[in-house]
Amino acid sequence: MFNEFAPEWEGFKPGKWSNTSINVRDFIQKNITPYDGDASFLEGPTEATKTLWAQVMELSRQEREAGGVLDMDTKIISTITSHGPGYLNQDLEKIVGLQTDKPFKRSLQPFGGIRMAQNACREYGYEVDPEVVEIFTKYRKTHNQGVFDAYTPEMRLARKSAILTGLPDAYGRGRIIGDYRRVALYGIDLLIEDKEHQKATHFVRMTSKNIRLREELSEQIRALGELKELGRIYGFDISRPAKNAQEAVQWLYFGYLAAVKEQNGAAMSLGRTSTFLDIYIQRDLERGIITESEAQELIDHFIMKLRMVKFARTPEYNALFSGDPTWVTESIGGVSVDGQHMVTKNSFRYLNTLNNLGTAPEPNMTVLWSKKLPMNFKRFCAEMSIKSSSIQYENDDLMRVTHGDDYAIACCVSSMVVGKEMQFFGARANLAKCLLYAINGGVDEVMKVQVGPKYRPVTGDYLDYDDVMDKYDQMMEWLAGLYVNTLNIIHYMHDKYCYEKLQMALHDRDVKRYFATGIAGLSVVADSLSAIKYAKVKCIRDENGIVVDYEVEGDFPKYGNDDDRVDQIAVSIVKTFMDKIRKHHTYRDSIPTMSILTITSNVVYGKKTGNTPDGRKHGVPLAPGANPMHGRDTHGAVASLTSVSKLPFRHAQDGISNTFSIIPDALGKNTKIFSGDLDLDALRKESEDETE
Amino acid sequence: MYGNIHSTESFGTVDGPGIRFVIFFQGCPMRCLYCHNPDTWDTASNQQFTPEELITQYQRNSEFYHHGGITATGGEPMMQLPFLTELFSQAKAAGIHTCLDTSGICFDRNHPERYDKLLSVTDLVMLDIKHIDDERHRLLTGHSNVNILAFAEYLSKKKVSIWIRHVIVPEWTDDPDEQFRLGEFIGGLQSLKGLDVLPYHDFGKQKYEALGIPYPLADTAPVPVETAEAARKQILRGIKHRLHQDAK
Repeated sequence: MFNEFAPEWEGFKPGKWSNTSINVRDFIQKNITPYDGDASFLEGPTEATKTLWAQVMELSRQEREAGGVLDMDTKIISTITSHGPGYLNQDLEKIVGLQTDKPFKRSLQPFGGIRMAQNACREYGYEVDPEVVEIFTKYRKTHNQGVFDAYTPEMRLARKSAILTGLPDAYGRGRIIGDYRRVALYGIDLLIEDKEHQKATHFVRMTSKNIRLREELSEQIRALGELKELGRIYGFDISRPAKNAQEAVQWLYFGYLAAVKEQNGAAMSLGRTSTFLDIYIQRDLERGIITESEAQELIDHFIMKLRMVKFARTPEYNALFSGDPTWVTESIGGVSVDGQHMVTKNSFRYLNTLNNLGTAPEPNMTVLWSKKLPMNFKRFCAEMSIKSSSIQYENDDLMRVTHGDDYAIACCVSSMVVGKEMQFFGARANLAKCLLYAINGGVDEVMKVQVGPKYRPVTGDYLDYDDVMDKYDQMMEWLAGLYVNTLNIIHYMHDKYCYEKLQMALHDRDVKRYFATGIAGLSVVADSLSAIKYAKVKCIRDENGIVVDYEVEGDFPKYGNDDDRVDQIAVSIVKTFMDKIRKHHTYRDSIPTMSILTITSNVVYGKKTGNTPDGRKHGVPLAPGANPMHGRDTHGAVASLTSVSKLPFRHAQDGISNTFSIIPDALGKNTKIFSGDLDLDALRKESEDETE
Repeated sequence: MYGNIHSTESFGTVDGPGIRFVIFFQGCPMRCLYCHNPDTWDTASNQQFTPEELITQYQRNSEFYHHGGITATGGEPMMQLPFLTELFSQAKAAGIHTCLDTSGICFDRNHPERYDKLLSVTDLVMLDIKHIDDERHRLLTGHSNVNILAFAEYLSKKKVSIWIRHVIVPEWTDDPDEQFRLGEFIGGLQSLKGLDVLPYHDFGKQKYEALGIPYPLADTAPVPVETAEAARKQILRGIKHRLHQDAK
């Protein structure tokens, strides 16, 4: 489609990316410079970096003192072009652009739901402008309102009891990664040209499906126009491709910035940018127009901006996620499908920001780990993990099989090919609570009301494994159906009232959509069923006959000890529930997947889940993700990890997470007081030298 | 054949090279004042395993142990010599690196040949020398160190790789002269490959409380890393001195 090789591309190897179609992967594969060396080339922070970062730290301090929020927009509705330029210190910033006109000022984003926007403001002593409230109440419907118009009473009740929990029906669903690299590689004009072409060559038979896509493509083209305008606001012409490293970082960041100005999604992840940007930095280094210190400075300033991304959120939201995370996940490293690792110097530079700017949870640096990564990079990762506890690791060898070599992680574990795949985020079904519903015939053990279907409850004093499994299977069948249908409503409405037009503009036209369900409480379920099977579990009922507590007599195998008796129960639950999900129609022909992931929200889920047959008490947090319950894995980390690794990825393709904590000393010996390779000959020589 | 096993740890990172599958043997004749595993003293056991079962557990997770292997520790593994020998023989046959963490107390210097079979299937011995002075060793552990030092020399003769471990305990092993003497002794070991100087810690305290045994070093403060670092240097001086002497 491209008529000429753009002058900004000079020095790059041409390919499909430059003469056929939008194809960032091809650009990377043709132009990557893999790096096998160590970290010794890295540079520390420049004076400008130090000054700017001190300013950010000071603003953070002020924000904490002000009770969590420094300033909020209450009148200007955030769009890509809603605000004039904002700076920390324009003279020092190598990469510019803020969400509003001031650092740390949170933007107003009412499209997900006006009441949420109002609550978020009220929590910190602000009031949304009455006129804005009127517009979004009387004249402009929001996602939240749309969802509740369509919810059934059963869905509302399941939501209230938290057997379905964390649903994105009142906040932006997020988990979509725009291919922000396209902005740098192609510039906006070529991207618009491509989108116009997509629209012109699409079906003309006007089914509702085709009409929706035509409308969306028009929205996308409009968003790209606004993105170009955002560049202009900051004094850049991003209609053309980036011509050097600074522009490439800046153009890419404008793409991301536009996304967070438009959407306050639950996870606004960045993608897989480090190796892409390395190609520009490498070209500048070879041309002698940039030094290593300047290259690091660009990355430091870029990362600094990502650390400053903030949203106005409600207290409920913060409780669910135990804080105010943005999940700016960046995927680093990995191996290409032809076996070449994709670590570059820029992979090191990204991790080096943890040295230069200090430790931080955002952006969520995620190393796509493979056996084939170069040893020097592995060492650096280990060193930085010990130092910062801020690196997430994911199994590239596992995911590459499904997604190839240009996928990235959204949020914590959701893998998707950048610009080609997206997902409908589905929060979680609480399987621990579902087990209690099976025992109590659909009555909620905390609210004491009928939430699930009125199946026959367990009647005996002791739980019988076969009886409970039979009832649990039926209850999961019900839950899976209700869950999928609830999500269908949510994503229909999100597309309708809160469409991610900029992020989708940075995708291909015909994207693959995943329907990403999730489960919580897996280890509680596995241990509970193990207790019922291998020990004796007695039911304690309240005055209404509802089982509210359990007495476990005897010991039982616990998930997390590489013991197949219980591990295989966990495996079978994952497969069973996923198969039940698969039976249902999913919105927009999306492909159902499932995650076993709760890095923070397991705390809230625990509060809403009554006593369980494994001896866990009401209110005690569920284990995060696929972790064994705290303190029950007694055979060390390998046994614990082995239990987790038995869970089948193909039935939990949206990711399996395991939170691993270990004291640094337990990772190995302090080299100062220990040496496994004492060299007697060298010592002998030393002793001779000293005597002479 | 069964062994009395206290427990296993699937992720051992400080008991030999690499990530290791660590087997804690039940029972120990020593009563070191600073012992942090008093729960392994008693020889009576509630868990028994065959060598095959332990090798199977290892092999299930062999993916994690590429640069590691099996470590037998305790308790005192050499108290169960036939079982230990069989375990290591099977491990060696399966190509697994074997490491024996021992006090050497069970060695009988009058019958060293009894240990030849074990040593022929042992890749590395981590020998814990509690004290170089025999009298002080008796006070600290309840036993003489004569057999222990003899074991070290026998390992050297048999060319079995040795890492020496030594714990720095205030008022017990913090005398620089004694550290130098320890160095002089181990400098004579031809197969010495490592020196591991550990600062005393009191992580074992809770176990004593749980077992209802008074904690002998209740008044002793944990040792900072720097102290162990200095002690290590002093021991190295002793080693070098010995090497220099031997060279003459």
